[in-house]
Amino acid sequence: MSVLNNLIGGLSLGSVYAIIALGYTMVYGIAKMLNFAHGDVIMIGGYMCFCAMQYLGLPPVVGILIAMVVCTVLGVLIESLAYRPLRGAPSLAVLITAIGVSYYLQNAALLIWSSNPKSFTSVVALEPIQLAAGRLTVTGEAIVTIIAAVVIMTALTIFTSRTKMGKAMRAVSEDRGAAQLMGININRTISMTFAIGAALAAIAGVLYCSAYPTLSPTTGSLPGIKAFTAAVFGGIGSIPGAMLGGILLGIIEIFSNAYISTQLSDAIVFAVLIIVLLIKPTGLLGKKIREKV
Amino acid sequence: MEKNKVLSISDINVYYGPIHAVKGISFDVYDGEIVSLIGANGAGKSTTLDTVSGLIRSKTGSIEFMGENISSVAPHKIVAKGLVHVPEGRRIFLQLTVEENLEMGAFLRDKKDVEPGKERAFRLFPRLEERRKQIAGTLSGGEQQMLAISRALMSDPKLMMMDEPSMGLAPIIVEQVFEIIEKLRDDGHTILLVEQNAKMALSISDRAYVLETGNITLSGTAKELLESDSVRKAYLGG
Ligand SMILES: Nc1ncnc2c1ncn2[C@@H]1O[C@H](COP(=O)(O)OP(=O)(O)O)[C@@H](O)[C@H]1O
Ligand SMILES: [Mg+2]
Repeated sequence: MSVLNNLIGGLSLGSVYAIIALGYTMVYGIAKMLNFAHGDVIMIGGYMCFCAMQYLGLPPVVGILIAMVVCTVLGVLIESLAYRPLRGAPSLAVLITAIGVSYYLQNAALLIWSSNPKSFTSVVALEPIQLAAGRLTVTGEAIVTIIAAVVIMTALTIFTSRTKMGKAMRAVSEDRGAAQLMGININRTISMTFAIGAALAAIAGVLYCSAYPTLSPTTGSLPGIKAFTAAVFGGIGSIPGAMLGGILLGIIEIFSNAYISTQLSDAIVFAVLIIVLLIKPTGLLGKKIREKV
Repeated sequence: MEKNKVLSISDINVYYGPIHAVKGISFDVYDGEIVSLIGANGAGKSTTLDTVSGLIRSKTGSIEFMGENISSVAPHKIVAKGLVHVPEGRRIFLQLTVEENLEMGAFLRDKKDVEPGKERAFRLFPRLEERRKQIAGTLSGGEQQMLAISRALMSDPKLMMMDEPSMGLAPIIVEQVFEIIEKLRDDGHTILLVEQNAKMALSISDRAYVLETGNITLSGTAKELLESDSVRKAYLGG
């Protein structure tokens, strides 16, 4: 039964990684940049929900909504203020800017909320479910997180395959110049992508803090980096890839923790990533990168 | 009767860093014409079209479309005005289906105009209808060119600019493509055609300009250019 318990734990953690990775992968696919500040938007989402519930006494659902709205606005602002002026600049300049934005957000959080960790009250009110005469425990957080990840992935898949904006995003992702020649507004499309990514980061932040209830200005860094790894692992730019990468990463992490070593679990996660990339450089579900002439 | 000027380019200079790719050229396109811009590889033909559609900017001069200066208008807004560009190498969205490519071409149109647009494309190119659900990357080169042209037509353009539509295609397909371009002109479209294949281009054009290393060195009716000695020597193989 402990294997099953760990599997559920892995699925649940993996679902959080998947939600974050979906944001990474959308932004990478369409804006062609690694938004290293994505992890810190998670942290801001956590604080927003925390403040809404703790200081304003609002119910969890409203806390989540506030976190999503604030993060969406933040994501759009970051894009337009920090990244848009660098459109067409070398990717190294953009990367350094993203790292700068990440530090900026962490330090802003430090200034506002101090480095003292806050203890986050879970937004999930469900009691843990006991199965198999108490040998298998499924927490409410796990159930909600897994369902959220599946719903989000399905919604994103429908959005990108069925809606006009979603198709335009795929067109921009493939060929920005040609998309402009269709009359697609590139800035608006990229802005929209950041909005979606940041809203997902807010949800991920709230779910992550519900499962690991200490919140500090650096809370977003590690899940951010791991979710980035998950996105690369699954094939950056691919929506099912981000989902698969996130889930696998969570499972590998929890199993390494349980059966090998808690100290080594992160090392094992990255070792698996390196092996996968050596065998399949585009990641598990990544598309072959076309040579541009 | 004097025909209306659709496009009027005046003294544009375009640079890539230190490279002066287009050197103060001027030319006009009138309503209902096929005008060709011919010249060797690297002459500045694509740069000229990219400048007209707003992807690159000219340092000087003006680009007037239907009497309005569009030289600093954003590319997506230029499309909205009725000027569409079929870029070099076709640049269709290889990972989207044929139908989705057409929908992207109709991005700025009302929803109700999209279906009739597709039907028109399928009438023009029945092959595309057979493959409407297929990923565009699986099409042959000729089919991709047909798709690129249909996609551009979806915006219901006043002026179509086509950059080397014959590139990389078998001769028999090239002939089909040029027949289509003539048909589009006969249907009332105005076309600015860029070609290295001068013979084919001149055979369907009304007028043409010869571009050499960023300068227009010759211009005239297609018939005049076909008979000109220098054009025959440089572009028509003697
Ligand atoms: N992106 C670019 N960067 C630098 N130079 C370029 C670029 N694109 C074209 N050029 C240069 O500009 C000149 C004109 O190129 P182009 O307009 O593509 O010619 P054509 O379409 O007639 O073959 C060439 O010398 C080419 O090398
Ligand atoms: Mg060219």
